[in-house]
Amino acid sequence: MLRKEDRRFVRGRGRYVDDLQLPGMLHLAVLRSPVAHARIVSIDTLAAEAHPKVKAVVTGAMLAERGLAWMPTLSGDRQAVLATDKVRFQGQEVAFVVAEDRYSARDALELIDVEYDLLEPVVDVRRALDPDAALIRDDVPGKTDNHCFDWETGDAAAAEAVFARAEVVVRQELVFPRVHPAPMETCGAVADYDRIEEKLTLWSTTQAPHAHRTLLSMFAGIPEHRIRVVSPDIGGGFGNKVPVYPGYVHAIVGSIMTGRPVKWTEDRTENLVASGFARDYVMQGEIAATREGRILAVRSHVLADHGAFNGTAAPRKFPGGFFGVFTGSYDIEAAYCSMTAVHTNKAPGGVAYACSFRIAEAVYLVERLVDMLAAELDRDPVSLRMQNFIRPDQFPYTSRTGWVYDSGDYPRAMELALQIAGYDELRAEQAERRARGAGEPLMGIGVSFFTEAVGAGPRKDMDMLGLGMADGCELRVHPTGSAVVRISVQTQGQGHETTFAQLIAEELGLHPDDVDVVHGDTDSTPYGLGTYGSRSTPVSGAAAVLAARRVRDKAQLIAAGMLEVAPDDLEWSTAQGGGRFDVRGVPGSGVTIQEVAMRAHGAGDLPDGVEGGLDAQISYNPDNLTYPFGAYICVVDIDPGTAVVTVRRFIAVDDCGTRINEMIVEGQIHGGLTDGIGMALMEFIGFDEHGNCLGGSLMDYLIPTALEVPDWETGTTVTPAPDHPIGAKGVGESATVGSPPAVVNAVIDALAPYGVRHADMPLTPSRVWEAMQGRAAPPF
Amino acid sequence: MTSLFEEVPATADADADVPVRRVTVTLNGERRAADVEPRLLLAHLLRQGFRLTGTHTGCDTTNCGACTVLVDGLPVKSCTMLAVQADGHDVTTVEGLAGPSGLHPLQEGFKDEHGLQCGFCTPGMMLAAKALLEENPDPTEDEVRFALSGNLCRCTGYQNIVKAVLWAAKRMNGSEQ
Repeated sequence: MLRKEDRRFVRGRGRYVDDLQLPGMLHLAVLRSPVAHARIVSIDTLAAEAHPKVKAVVTGAMLAERGLAWMPTLSGDRQAVLATDKVRFQGQEVAFVVAEDRYSARDALELIDVEYDLLEPVVDVRRALDPDAALIRDDVPGKTDNHCFDWETGDAAAAEAVFARAEVVVRQELVFPRVHPAPMETCGAVADYDRIEEKLTLWSTTQAPHAHRTLLSMFAGIPEHRIRVVSPDIGGGFGNKVPVYPGYVHAIVGSIMTGRPVKWTEDRTENLVASGFARDYVMQGEIAATREGRILAVRSHVLADHGAFNGTAAPRKFPGGFFGVFTGSYDIEAAYCSMTAVHTNKAPGGVAYACSFRIAEAVYLVERLVDMLAAELDRDPVSLRMQNFIRPDQFPYTSRTGWVYDSGDYPRAMELALQIAGYDELRAEQAERRARGAGEPLMGIGVSFFTEAVGAGPRKDMDMLGLGMADGCELRVHPTGSAVVRISVQTQGQGHETTFAQLIAEELGLHPDDVDVVHGDTDSTPYGLGTYGSRSTPVSGAAAVLAARRVRDKAQLIAAGMLEVAPDDLEWSTAQGGGRFDVRGVPGSGVTIQEVAMRAHGAGDLPDGVEGGLDAQISYNPDNLTYPFGAYICVVDIDPGTAVVTVRRFIAVDDCGTRINEMIVEGQIHGGLTDGIGMALMEFIGFDEHGNCLGGSLMDYLIPTALEVPDWETGTTVTPAPDHPIGAKGVGESATVGSPPAVVNAVIDALAPYGVRHADMPLTPSRVWEAMQGRAAPPF
Repeated sequence: MTSLFEEVPATADADADVPVRRVTVTLNGERRAADVEPRLLLAHLLRQGFRLTGTHTGCDTTNCGACTVLVDGLPVKSCTMLAVQADGHDVTTVEGLAGPSGLHPLQEGFKDEHGLQCGFCTPGMMLAAKALLEENPDPTEDEVRFALSGNLCRCTGYQNIVKAVLWAAKRMNGSEQ
């Protein structure tokens, strides 16, 4: 089915936040710190206030008087709305201006004079806990160092025992560098505080409008029923639009102060420098095996750079996200991970960019280690994986770190990928090229097999700020048989308006065009935690299906009354595309769902105990996550003279269980594979020793164009999710999670003749060239 | 909520002490005028002045192409052209793509081949493609990729966009898809 939302987007009639124009609306611009770490000595705003078009200039001191200088983050830390005492990262918000138009607001920023007293910045994550490292978080009473949190999972003693007796151990430091989701649309908001109704309406780029409403209420003291958050069309999220950013609060404060609507739209540089980054894990990885290639254990220590504030969006009990799935797709004896998270003078973030709560990092760790083990044992990386896969008959499979994988058939997916790729022919071509020797492009073949864990999550284990990670759906069937479904999740391009209509239509025997999907408005949609972590289909999708089934159960009672038979004498069918109840064994004897809907709302008696109307509401609390998986093969060519890597082919076999819309799933995978190539080869948010961000614009932060990506070759297997009402698993982040190790494994494979064992992302020409010369080098 | 997003009449930001200049353009076939500051970017005139919000801004360094419009038929990143430079020229935005007989084949192609997801790059992407097809009605896949390399997309991985453009080319050439 083609997408419903395309009708407006191809006409330029989408409604994104910056398209919003309210009467009397003012514009907001943010003054940001030019340095990474400094005490604020003074701020002079007199000249800015005198600008004829300026309505307000606000500093941290002004917010502090109202108790609004600091706000809570989704991970229970706090973050400065405007800096008061000192700045802690370059790009941090120091003051804001509200003016008649956006050009004047920017003009006025130039008129604000801030005097800084420079402090030593903490930039290198490895030095953050040094005794002489500058203290970043002196706002936290009693804090004496830059420690953020510790976390561990698995069994340290069991892992130690296995490593002590293992015949082969491979160790490698693996850096997943800081990158950024960089959605095409940056973050922004329009706040409109109505002083008469004492009600705040906030249109914002949020993936989690309900959670934002609750957090804003708790922080700003506005009762929750007087806050309406509206997430209109969003120009991509990729996790960047989960946190509450200071800019949203600035717009709210600006609107309360001026009594007029206030718009905040950040530019690309602000987005890259100051909004939620992704990754930044330094992972000490170890893998233990027998000489025959039986993988026995995986162990790691992670040093996580969280920036100046812990703004990570992760379930409360999972400060390291779902990194615990780092044992991957393999049946092993022991596993252990310890993690140390630290503060540095950088922007907050960490969980973003389709990482599924740190699974991107976990998959990268295990898939690089398995490849390095294959190299050590002189084994083919595919056969080594096949030897160690969790077998189909082992599901549900409890991993050594406690994750219960729901279903999987890994060998089948791997074999399909090998077949599409023509793997044996590729290896033969590679051998032939290597035999021809110098001057030939270097050819590399990289494999990655990943298991995802998406659909957070069971509320007994998972919450954010105490909010359980259930999601809602409210379904209303109108008298004439069309329907509106209101969902708590929030699409950012993933096609929910189409796929949720398909889910309801399928269950009720309606045409998808007769089902409208409403989302994003907290006044009219049921409560839920939003769209990220590929959780829409597993959680809200399940809620939608169950709501439709509840409606159908009620419809069956009403139909039985209409036909004067017992409900059990009816059978449901959707033959000829329309839903109907017929008397069992007598096709065509019954009533259509539309006739039942009219009866439910109409005149005449309903069966005893049946209320009028045909609606249902569900808040779905999943029993478990879903565990989609995939087999990826990447083929690269490397120019030996320039070290430029070209991705020649990419084969992706994904299994996300039941597919609601094949076309949309494929599109999700294409996008995620492009992310993977970007991360592996191009994208990087770096810093110099002063803490200056070196990836702060699209001049430096390179994302793939149509020229850097190949035609994707995809394949499908279907292993349904046993716990989901239609067997569907999430898939949106699978390709982003699964593809970086495939690309890196391919590049390292190509460089095998040079004796290269490992090189860290991004594998830019300079870094690949240095690796070919036997040197590890920084990417710039 | 719909009405909040609808067009309002173009208003110039005419303040007594700021110099303004009259700009007259043929916008999607219609003559439009506005008084603008010389520094105003064409993208902002289109979006705020004329309330044609299909033209998007995705960056501040002329890389992303989300603001691509046609000026006298040529693709231009409207974030990197002053509104006053468009004076007297013919400007086409996404809102001018569809004709009286319905959607442009590129719009149909993007829908049919799932060449968009969040929709933010789509207007610029289609206009860059329109310029390509006018110059080269029967492009190869490589030529399409090259022509669109000034337009970034974060959702689609480009493949369906390429297919959409080739779909439209076939349609416009009168052959069957």
